[in-house]
Amino acid sequence: MGLNEKPLSTLHEKASYDLDDFEVPTGREEAWRFTPLSRLRGLHDGKAEVTGQVLVQVHTPAGVTAEWVGREDPRIGQAYVPADRVSAQAYNAFEKALVVTVPKESVPAEPIRVEVRGGGVDGASYGHIVVKVEALAEALVVIEHQGSAIYADNIEFVVGDGASLKVVTLQDWADDAVHVSHHHAQLARDATFRGFTVTLGGDLVRLSPSVSYTGPGGDADLSGVYFADAGQHLEHRLLVDHSHPNCKSNVDYRGALQGEDAHTVWIGDVIIRVAAEGTDTYELNRNLILTDGARADSVPNLEILTGEVAGAGHASTSGRLDDEHIFYLQARGIPFDEARRLVIRGFLGQLIEKIQIDELRERVLSAVEAELAR
Amino acid sequence: MSTLEIRDLKVAVEDKEILRGVNLTVKSGETHAIMGPNGSGKSTLAYAIAGHPKYTITGGEVLLDGVDLLELSVDERARAGLFLAMQYPVEVPGVSVSNFLRSAVTAVRGEAPKLRQFAKDLKAGMDSLSIDGAFAQRNLNEGFSGGEKKRHEILQLELLKPKIAVLDETDSGLDVDALRVVSEGINRFRASGETGVLLITHYTRILRYVTPEFVHVFAGGRIVEEGGPELAEKLEAEGYEQYTKASA
Repeated sequence: MGLNEKPLSTLHEKASYDLDDFEVPTGREEAWRFTPLSRLRGLHDGKAEVTGQVLVQVHTPAGVTAEWVGREDPRIGQAYVPADRVSAQAYNAFEKALVVTVPKESVPAEPIRVEVRGGGVDGASYGHIVVKVEALAEALVVIEHQGSAIYADNIEFVVGDGASLKVVTLQDWADDAVHVSHHHAQLARDATFRGFTVTLGGDLVRLSPSVSYTGPGGDADLSGVYFADAGQHLEHRLLVDHSHPNCKSNVDYRGALQGEDAHTVWIGDVIIRVAAEGTDTYELNRNLILTDGARADSVPNLEILTGEVAGAGHASTSGRLDDEHIFYLQARGIPFDEARRLVIRGFLGQLIEKIQIDELRERVLSAVEAELAR
Repeated sequence: MSTLEIRDLKVAVEDKEILRGVNLTVKSGETHAIMGPNGSGKSTLAYAIAGHPKYTITGGEVLLDGVDLLELSVDERARAGLFLAMQYPVEVPGVSVSNFLRSAVTAVRGEAPKLRQFAKDLKAGMDSLSIDGAFAQRNLNEGFSGGEKKRHEILQLELLKPKIAVLDETDSGLDVDALRVVSEGINRFRASGETGVLLITHYTRILRYVTPEFVHVFAGGRIVEEGGPELAEKLEAEGYEQYTKASA
């Protein structure tokens, strides 16, 4: 299969299943200019040996099926076409894909849980997951990443007519992990998608959550929190591609950075194509830079190809803790360190509140607390 | 019995001298009103005593029961017994009122209050200031009206029970009903006789509800006239014009 043909915007024009359609990145490309390629451990240039030990386990509630299938399975690659070199590498190198299906009109009582656990950084691993939520079904998926790994994967979320899918992904890797991942949600008519990413661990994590629509009335909400410590590179590259009328999207990512060479990158691309009249979209990224030596790159891009939008906007702010907030809390006797913790926790907590599973929300909050205590 | 002594205090903001030698002593059981025109340095006095980083102390001392507050951090000053009710309380996203108040009370008392007792005290405090109970779950000052912010400042005053309270234009932006509620709170706080109040205001209106023993007129960064409550009445009748001319 060659390059996919669809009306092209200037953003993300390449998509192919064929690894040879993508040059090995040099770091000068727009898509790679923020990523320290030398720390990708060969995921981008084919030099990584596929000897890694990543164990993927899935726990499904009653009524939900999970299958491990070969690459010839027609459900694979249906919603998503790899959009960069590492994604294509992962697509061509995975052994078995996990396909999770939530049948039509079913509403599982419990979340679907996927645990991805790395067993070391001696070799690379590749993965592929498809989560298919059929028409009018409602599901919640939690995907957790832990341990050490050099790992690239693609995840396809296929949300059917009138269906609803909520996904929480937790990147809680060990300090030496390298993870490059694409999460693509394809929304059918009147489908709802709520994605929440939490990225705390890893040496280099590069996540590319994207959304496309195959009918009108789709509604996507992408939220994320990240916390980068000294030396960590945490990159989130979002793309929402509005190609059908009357769809909505909302993006809200917030991060905190502390320590020498803590680096975060947030790219927020939204395309509103000619056919996508009545689109309503907003994207926001906010970064709190807590120490010298940390760097947050934040680049929102909004490309509007139609004159008929309901709403389109974006905002990006990166700054220090507000002295006035700290002064107010200190003036009430609260010591500086605790005042700082309260304000940062509040900043990220406003998003974390969106996580509807109590146990998971508490875990994410305490993980953030642990980052703050470091 | 507590005493706040301000001795020859000089304060600058970005190399510009704002306070030019302020002397003032406030004791428990006393209420002092500081009145003056805009730009006279009243708020600078309040924020400099509390330790706001924008203000540089260029001379003088501020002693609370003999302890030099200027040597302490902002939070240490508060724990030593100083309270500043702010003119423009800042909105802090994501920090709930109840979480904030519990943290503050814990810090000032040196131990966490018993949850049940704290909830009771908080509810009683909110009721007496006509603050809706739902406020406890809202983010600190976020979306509060001007009057709600001021009532919330007084709620903190009553919960934290400082030795000396500095109230910076707590009356500004309040309608008569809100002013009455806020004044009642200040009077409850004063009633113990164990606390001193430094009430900074532009208008004499609040002094009809909270009667001071001493009135000081501020102009050009220092106190230019002092007297009893009758001085406030004179200011009401004559305005600040004579002082602004004199200090210019």
